[in-house]
Amino acid sequence: MGRRIINRHPGRGSALFWGALPFLVLVVLYVTFSALRLAENPNDKLLPAFASIADAIGRMALEPDKRSGDVLLWADTAASLSRLGLGLAGATLLGLTGGIAIGLVPYARAGLAPVVAVLSMIPPMAVLPILFIVFGLDELSKVVLIVIGVAPFLIRDLALKVAEIPSELVIKAQTLGASTWQIVTRVVLPQVVPKLADAVRLSLGPAWLFLISAEAIAAQDGLGYRIFLVRRYLAMDVILPYVAWITVLAFLMDWALRRFNRSVFPWLARGAS
Amino acid sequence: MSRVTVHELWKEYGDQVVLERVNLDIPSGEFCAMVGPSGCGKTTFLRLLLAMERPTRGRILVDGRPLPPEPGPDRGVVFQRYSAYPHLTVLGNVVLGLEFQRAPLLARLFGAARRRAEDEAMAVVDAVGLSHARDKYPAELSGGMQQRLSIAQALVRKPKVLMMDEPFGALDPGTKAQMYELVQGLWRDERMTVFMVTHDLKEGFTLGTRVLAFDKTRHDPDEPGAYGATVTFNLPLDEKAERAEIVARLPALAASDADE
Ligand SMILES: Nc1ncnc2c1ncn2[C@@H]1O[C@H](COP(=O)(O)OP(=O)(O)OP(=O)(O)O)[C@@H](O)[C@H]1O
Ligand SMILES: [Mg+2]
Repeated sequence: MGRRIINRHPGRGSALFWGALPFLVLVVLYVTFSALRLAENPNDKLLPAFASIADAIGRMALEPDKRSGDVLLWADTAASLSRLGLGLAGATLLGLTGGIAIGLVPYARAGLAPVVAVLSMIPPMAVLPILFIVFGLDELSKVVLIVIGVAPFLIRDLALKVAEIPSELVIKAQTLGASTWQIVTRVVLPQVVPKLADAVRLSLGPAWLFLISAEAIAAQDGLGYRIFLVRRYLAMDVILPYVAWITVLAFLMDWALRRFNRSVFPWLARGAS
Repeated sequence: MSRVTVHELWKEYGDQVVLERVNLDIPSGEFCAMVGPSGCGKTTFLRLLLAMERPTRGRILVDGRPLPPEPGPDRGVVFQRYSAYPHLTVLGNVVLGLEFQRAPLLARLFGAARRRAEDEAMAVVDAVGLSHARDKYPAELSGGMQQRLSIAQALVRKPKVLMMDEPFGALDPGTKAQMYELVQGLWRDERMTVFMVTHDLKEGFTLGTRVLAFDKTRHDPDEPGAYGATVTFNLPLDEKAERAEIVARLPALAASDADE
């Protein structure tokens, strides 16, 4: 009684309830307004009933397309994920090498930090036309867009994280006879890879943004391409499940990275500090 | 052999003079206890000996040769703040020094080589009384245990010069007494030259064969940074048996210096 609200914690069940509540509210709101609109005009396309959404999902996820013979949802998913995966992998590799070099090696910092700081200010979407001109309209330009969009942030974030390692730890390694390479592999890498994974998690949003934009502008398949294609027919029954599917994929990637940190770096969870 | 000579050493940060006119000649194997008020530059002096920092003026010589320009395995350190690697267990933290030495490329040992290194490391872990915590991570240790780990880590490579910055500050009297015995034993066996910062004068006189006091001799009330600290007392504890041994070794050292 009379306890401050900042000191009152929900129990397990109650937390679950409060977590589920907004989702329930959204579903109820959707169903209500969809029913209202459909009662007025059975051909309304804006808020399709769950039944027609389920129909569309069946069409996209189970039946092969008449023209291409592919099952569209899976073909689109494979195309998008391979672009996203390649782009993120490239950006992560750049982030790791660039970040450690800038954070640890004074000459690399002098030579690279300014140019990375400036490059990171270029809006990636503004260079997309250049990428299309240079790399053509197919896969490479989309992957490069993701790399360009995400890598500068990863490099700068990681360089900061490397610089935050207490200098005592680096000096101590030197008094134990470590070479620069040994310091990188045994002292720096294990301490910054978990932080890199966190930075990649934060980059998932921008990475999806760049992917879908690039696919919307020039592609023959992919989740973003499909959404923008069916938009012409106001096919909300396809767009909504696609958006939900993209959200699920993004959520799973985030969850996997979090799991990766916890299982590969057990020391993170141990102890107080 | 590791005689440390300091000649007209100055250290300034910007326009703040931290150390001035420091002159020392410490024979090999001496245990120097360094005392002085907080902020007078004791840690700075250790950083200079470690070659983490460069002197503004003056020279530091080890066995007559200029100090190497960067930290190396000949000079070990126990920092004032905890300096164990948070991603390694107690044993892993101590084995690391041996892995750096014996696996240049991977800095990892495997199989029999790893077991041998672990045995060696365990001997040191035992000596600092941490064998029961060998699989714990530093975050799971108390402050005193972390400091003991830091000492074990520094000792495993058997440095010729060992620098310790208030290594026993966080320990209870019982553990302290244990650690005194440990450090003194290792110092005698390995014949290291030790520089230890302490705020406990009694500890300094118990452990040291020489006590160095740092303090400012000049003050400018308008400009506190104008003058730095220097060694105001340089007191060899000649009544100690260990010190007699050190002195006994001295002439040989002087002779070998003359050869160069
Ligand atoms: N990197 C630095 N830049 C500027 N000033 C510094 C730096 N490091 C130390 N100082 C200054 O040098 C002086 C001596 O610091 P130092 O850490 O050597 O003191 P100390 O004798 O070890 O003190 P304590 O007993 O509290 O540990 C302090 O006034 C501090 O402000
Ligand atoms: Mg200090």
